Amino acid sequence: MALLSIRNLSVEFATASGSFRAVDAIDVTVDPGDILAIVGESGSGKSVSMLALMGLLPWTATVTADEMRFDGKDLRAMTPRTRRRIIGKDIAMIFQEPMSSLNPCFTVGFQIKEGLKKHLGLDARARHARALELMEMVGIPDPVRRLSAYPHQMSGGMSQRVMIAMAIACRPRLLIADEPTTALDVTIQAQILDLLTALQAETGMALILITHDMGVVAETARRVSVQYAGQKVEEQPVGPLFATPHHPYTSALLAALPERATTRLLPTIPGVVPGQFDRPPGCLFAPRCAFADATCQNTPPPVQPPAKGLVRCHYPLGGPA
Amino acid sequence: MSVALRQGPLAEFWYYFRENRGAVIGLWVFAAFAFVALFAPLLAPYDPTQQFRQSVLLPPAWIAGGDWAFPLGTDPLGRDMLSRLIHGARYSFFVGIVVVVVAASGGILLGLIAGFSPRWLDSLIMRLMDVILAFPSLLLALVLVAILGPSLTNAMIAIALVLQPHYVRLTRASVLSERTRDYVVSARVAGARLPRLMFVTVLPNCLAPIIVQAALSFSTAILDAAALGFLGMGAQPPTPEWGTMLAEAREFILRAWWVVTFPGVAILVTVLAINLMGDGLRDALDPKLKRS
Amino acid sequence: MSAAVLMAEGLSRVYEIGGGLFGKPREIRALSDVSFEIARGRTLAVVGESGCGKSTLARVVTMIEPPSAGRFAIDGTDVTPGRWAGLRDAVQIVFQDPYGSLNPRQRISAILDEPLKINRKSLSRAEREAKVREVMALVGLRPEFHDRYPHMFSGGQRQRIAIARALMLEPRVLVLDEPVSALDLSVQSQILNLLMELQERLGLTYLFISHDLSVVRHVCDEVMVMYLGRAVETGAKAQVFDSPRHPYTLALLSATPVADPARRKERIKLTGELPSPLDIPLGCAFAARCWKAQDRCRAERPDLEGDGHKVACFFPEGG
Repeated sequence: MALLSIRNLSVEFATASGSFRAVDAIDVTVDPGDILAIVGESGSGKSVSMLALMGLLPWTATVTADEMRFDGKDLRAMTPRTRRRIIGKDIAMIFQEPMSSLNPCFTVGFQIKEGLKKHLGLDARARHARALELMEMVGIPDPVRRLSAYPHQMSGGMSQRVMIAMAIACRPRLLIADEPTTALDVTIQAQILDLLTALQAETGMALILITHDMGVVAETARRVSVQYAGQKVEEQPVGPLFATPHHPYTSALLAALPERATTRLLPTIPGVVPGQFDRPPGCLFAPRCAFADATCQNTPPPVQPPAKGLVRCHYPLGGPA
Repeated sequence: MSVALRQGPLAEFWYYFRENRGAVIGLWVFAAFAFVALFAPLLAPYDPTQQFRQSVLLPPAWIAGGDWAFPLGTDPLGRDMLSRLIHGARYSFFVGIVVVVVAASGGILLGLIAGFSPRWLDSLIMRLMDVILAFPSLLLALVLVAILGPSLTNAMIAIALVLQPHYVRLTRASVLSERTRDYVVSARVAGARLPRLMFVTVLPNCLAPIIVQAALSFSTAILDAAALGFLGMGAQPPTPEWGTMLAEAREFILRAWWVVTFPGVAILVTVLAINLMGDGLRDALDPKLKRS
Repeated sequence: MSAAVLMAEGLSRVYEIGGGLFGKPREIRALSDVSFEIARGRTLAVVGESGCGKSTLARVVTMIEPPSAGRFAIDGTDVTPGRWAGLRDAVQIVFQDPYGSLNPRQRISAILDEPLKINRKSLSRAEREAKVREVMALVGLRPEFHDRYPHMFSGGQRQRIAIARALMLEPRVLVLDEPVSALDLSVQSQILNLLMELQERLGLTYLFISHDLSVVRHVCDEVMVMYLGRAVETGAKAQVFDSPRHPYTLALLSATPVADPARRKERIKLTGELPSPLDIPLGCAFAARCWKAQDRCRAERPDLEGDGHKVACFFPEGG
């Protein structure tokens, strides 16, 4: 049974100039022990959909879904109270900015122990032992001294390790990492990614990795879901996605990577992601797509079968698969 | 989320301002106040200093003994309350405008200089402002007026001086945060010299909090001017200034409530309206408080 | 090499922080002894992680700050603070964050016009406007954008505006400080193409600062790898990328994720973090994280040595 299954999730924001659909009919399925990467550019709704799952969106957002199940339990039917018991314990999340995700007023140790107290009800001694154990697990040198350090005394990489320690403190079954390495340097990014995959293998938790970096996806994920302008446009295991992308957007995105360039000028995707006011009536990618025709401009595309990577496209690429 | 990407800045401002109902009401009251102040001679039924000796201390028209010729009654010298109040709006408005302009322009200039200057000059200016802020503001204004001599002009100078440090601090704070932004560096790479950096590049980006402060100190100025007037240190009789009117009528407070109540209500309503409007301005101009 | 448009020799920049009324200010060596030459129409990439001094280098080269030591010359003219005003139009800069680098209260026309207004006082208003429109067309901005404000544009278009502004004075050298790091992938390639087209058409010389090795590999001719304010390896692109000699370059290359799931490579795991620039170790700055470090590395600092492909290491790779 899937650990997490979300059907037809939509999120709308009420803004100054009318409602804005940030997430549009997205399905997410994660099995235990899976590593799913959600890839997309800014405005693709990749973070918003996960924040909606966590119930962390501001009041201006309206969340609708046909199904939202975690471990067989319906999250939609829960009271905020019972939901909180799952969120932070069984589902944990880490964010992009490690420096601002930690409260600067409290020591690192206090912040790690807080979650342990709330969710596991450990006594002070057990909390301290577990906190030390966690610090060691995430590879923080000299954990005893670091427990009493304040966030501003630590570097970005160390702060992100602390965030990961806090996230895995209650042995979550699902960890959502929202751009966990974007704010970090390349060598530190490699360390954090290695740590995340190692922890995933060790604990068997499922991992959802939200990112815009195709390199990170290729090296970390098992399955990839590509989002564009709030819709999921393609979902495939990582190997086939990079080898034979079925959606023109995925294909164009991969071609635009400088490391794949064969000529001095890079292949580009003309135009920009549609905003609140210029959402096309048909396929959202049609205005920028090299293959679009009149059907694409006017009719929203169907979702193709799994053999075609579940793409939302009238004319999927890659021949009959 | 990109809110109102396609709207002009003015339309967006109005959207956020409109959200706050109190602010909109405040704006209307303030507009009415400004209208009254502008057209006082046309609106007032009588000259504010004209004395009707046969109708002294007449109550408002709807009370027994009142006369519809004097809708809000008359004061101990037989002057029409309504006309005096209408002309009083003029003085209050004048005080507000002059004080805000003087305090803001001086304060902004000092704040810009402090924000851009080397550390010693910056500390010198800021410590000076701290000294001014350390005095109770009304007391300082009183001392200044006592030195300069009691008159409305001197009261305005004193109030402007007392309000100035707030502008200096506010401007300096936003200059310091704006100064390190890339667009300022980019202007320096383009060869912009200090005056241009200060006034063309940085100042327009610091204006939002200053506008809010200006609205709020408008009401402070009116209040302080009334207080000085009440203490006899501001506008001198027979000027129909609201604070002075209150002071003149002090002894009749038990016999003729209207001579004290109406100027008091006028001050209260005006100051409250401006404060509400200032709150709305802050909500609309300060992006940190914006929702979504 | 006489064809060098930009030449730097032993550039250093020291900041003093803290101090105040009490106590002695402490020194931060943000940039130490950096030398390079860029020939006309070429691109030198400066690669490194945060705190390696690449942004300080940009500030020195664009004449925002004077160097604390060393000299640099543009087209053979020594740059001294006294000559800054006259050399403004030779070097311009494009910043990383297109949201912060455009004045939000100015229209596009005013943003682009400003450099001309300050530096080309002899031009009439009509001439300036003609020049603005010409450059807008050059970078692919539509004429109707002329009177709009920056907040109406997406990141990619803003970066085009920033590039247009940098080009207004027809500079010879453009310093590109992470010009595409803040952009989405699909827009990043548009901007990179624009930069390369402009380089070909206008014969521009680029100092390209970036932490993204895949972008650097695509655009540059020569590379300088920096670590804690010092150059640790310099050379032609092929030399540095194909046969890196400094262990840090090697680690950096192996840490960069490659968008190819089939190529699971062995990563060199660097332990530890960057030392604080406040107390840079005595010997090789990288010694604390280096798997090859020996006593000598911790005691002595290696010099940047070599012929063409230079490296600052006692035990370089491949020889």
